[in-house]
Amino acid sequence: MSARLAAPAVPPAEADESRTRFVRKLWLAREFGIVVALGLLVLVTTLDNPAFLSPQSLRDLLLGAAILVVLAVGQTVVIISRNIDLSVGAVLGLVAFATGKLLSTAPGTPAVVAILAGVGLGAVCGVVNGVLVAAARVPALVITLGTLYAFRGIDHSWAQGQQINASDMPRSFLRLGTWTVLGIPVLAVIAVVVMAVVGFYLRSYRSGRELYAIGSEPAAARLSGIPVGRRVLTSFVLCGALAGLAGVLYAARFGTVDATVGTGIELQVVAAAVVGGVAIFGGSGSVYGAALGAVLLTTIGSSLAVLRINPFWQQAVVGGLILAAIGLDRLLAVRAANRLRGRSSHGA
Amino acid sequence: MSTQPKRTLRLGLIAATMATVLVGAACGGTTRGSEDNANPSGNQATGQANPDAPLVEGLDVAFLPKQVNNPYFTVADGGGKSATEEFKGKYKEVGPSEASASSQVSYINTLSQQQTDVIATSANDPNAICGALNSARQAGAKVVTFDSDTKPECRDVFVNQATAEGIAENQVKLISEQIGGAGKIAILSATPNATNQNAWIELMRAELKKPEHGKIELVTVAYGNDEDQKSFQETQGLLRSYPDLKGIVSPTTVGVAAAARYLSGSEYKGKVALTGLGTPNQMREFVKDGTVKAFALWNPADLGYLAAYAGAALASGQITGAEGEKFKAGKLGEYTIGKDGVVVLGPPTVFDQGNIDQFDF
Repeated sequence: MSARLAAPAVPPAEADESRTRFVRKLWLAREFGIVVALGLLVLVTTLDNPAFLSPQSLRDLLLGAAILVVLAVGQTVVIISRNIDLSVGAVLGLVAFATGKLLSTAPGTPAVVAILAGVGLGAVCGVVNGVLVAAARVPALVITLGTLYAFRGIDHSWAQGQQINASDMPRSFLRLGTWTVLGIPVLAVIAVVVMAVVGFYLRSYRSGRELYAIGSEPAAARLSGIPVGRRVLTSFVLCGALAGLAGVLYAARFGTVDATVGTGIELQVVAAAVVGGVAIFGGSGSVYGAALGAVLLTTIGSSLAVLRINPFWQQAVVGGLILAAIGLDRLLAVRAANRLRGRSSHGA
Repeated sequence: MSTQPKRTLRLGLIAATMATVLVGAACGGTTRGSEDNANPSGNQATGQANPDAPLVEGLDVAFLPKQVNNPYFTVADGGGKSATEEFKGKYKEVGPSEASASSQVSYINTLSQQQTDVIATSANDPNAICGALNSARQAGAKVVTFDSDTKPECRDVFVNQATAEGIAENQVKLISEQIGGAGKIAILSATPNATNQNAWIELMRAELKKPEHGKIELVTVAYGNDEDQKSFQETQGLLRSYPDLKGIVSPTTVGVAAAARYLSGSEYKGKVALTGLGTPNQMREFVKDGTVKAFALWNPADLGYLAAYAGAALASGQITGAEGEKFKAGKLGEYTIGKDGVVVLGPPTVFDQGNIDQFDF
């Protein structure tokens, strides 16, 4: 962020003005509250134990958040269009097992092929979700709750209790989970690239903007000629594909895969998006916010482990911190809205 | 258009009615059948054991794990299957896909109605399935629990994988060898409420109080909830909070594999010792790359194998589940029933670089 601040080389007076404008914009940004919450959390943990900011620790934080970020980005695209995809955990599990199976039966498969196969399988699951939601006009909550069990069931019957272990997969693939470039884990780089690309698409492409329109008011969107069904289908395919990518990354990172992988992760994903300021009823929010939400949730988990909070209390503390983060975010949003209202009345 | 749904509805209703009638008839059949057999087999439970009775052929043996699709139980039940084939019984495996407290009840009721001779189960909850197991026993089934017991009055025999004392002793010995007998260690457990884990941890604390382990200090117990991500985070937390940590003991298969995977890709590889209870397939990679020197586990296939033989011995009248009775369990040899109808499989097997390739589970 400091890089962006320093970048424009402009005359002093103008620079000053643009800086205040930038600061105001930053202050008003939906994501600002989460950044503050994240900063506070890291600060408190570091004061207690300085090792929390060691290079290895930061790498671990980035690695830990990467998979959740990819999932949260996909989920955001769906939530923005006033839908929800609860099947992401099941898709992740299915793809993780498929990847393990592929690599254990054909160890020569390059990592790129494994990733493409995983993304493809995830997209197929997304097509199933999207077609059912768009064609049957049943709420996505119900449809994806059904496909959650269906995909998990396919996973179970395929796995038959089998487990794929680190020694069954080629080392080159497993290295993907621990590899670092200039000290930054490859997994985190992938997550950031995914976030940036999807963020750019939602912000700058017509079809991306139309997703917001659909989420704000589906009936109005339909009347103004937006192909609602097609856009919703696309959002589910994108979400499925990203869940597939997350599945491949999961296999690479943890090295042990069975049919129960990713059970219950869908709730974390939805929580990440909501904590990150994505409105659950659609129409507003950004993938950057959702990604920050995912980072915040993972950091809460890591910092509780470092602070050595009594394990019996941990879940309650996680819940409390999530509520506190949302509260802080809400407070900042209300203040920003008040200030906007005040300014416009002065201007008139 | 409007007649179509109606007709479908009517057809559906007819089908549903017929199904109800059929199911009713089927239930009636099995219920009557179980009543006929209930009395003679119910009496057998109090009968005398005949150690020389031959194993009955054609026994119906059912394995009901905590959860199907759990690799550990897949291997254990596989052992039960090969034992059942040896004594020429009919094997089947049924079970819930979620390991919740009451999920096994309906399976037990069905097995009971099907006149199953032996039910070998690992209980998700010591109390929740008690009623169902007892009615199955009244209907003539012999109940063997393995891995996780119910209350003793709800089953005939419990096949214990290892005594808690044996596990605690083994784990402390392994970590002590790997850290040179002195230094700080931590435990990475499953969930804070897991009964068996907590029992082992208590015994490990007691074991560490012995003078020969006087230089080892157990600094804390962390809980990875048997989830990969949480176990990763807890391992990281341990290494951050205790920079001079010498070793980690993780007596749970998920925890030890996750900790090994984390250590193998971190700066702590080879510096912090790791041991615990894990399966050879899961840990092979990490033993070979030098992250883990040695770890232990009982052989789950042997556990299932012994449970099946115990069930067959019960159903054939060789044993009744009383203390001191002996029976033969195929390749594993002879076993004696201990207090409260418990049979202990034996000490855990230690796996290291030298022997890990001889095991496949």
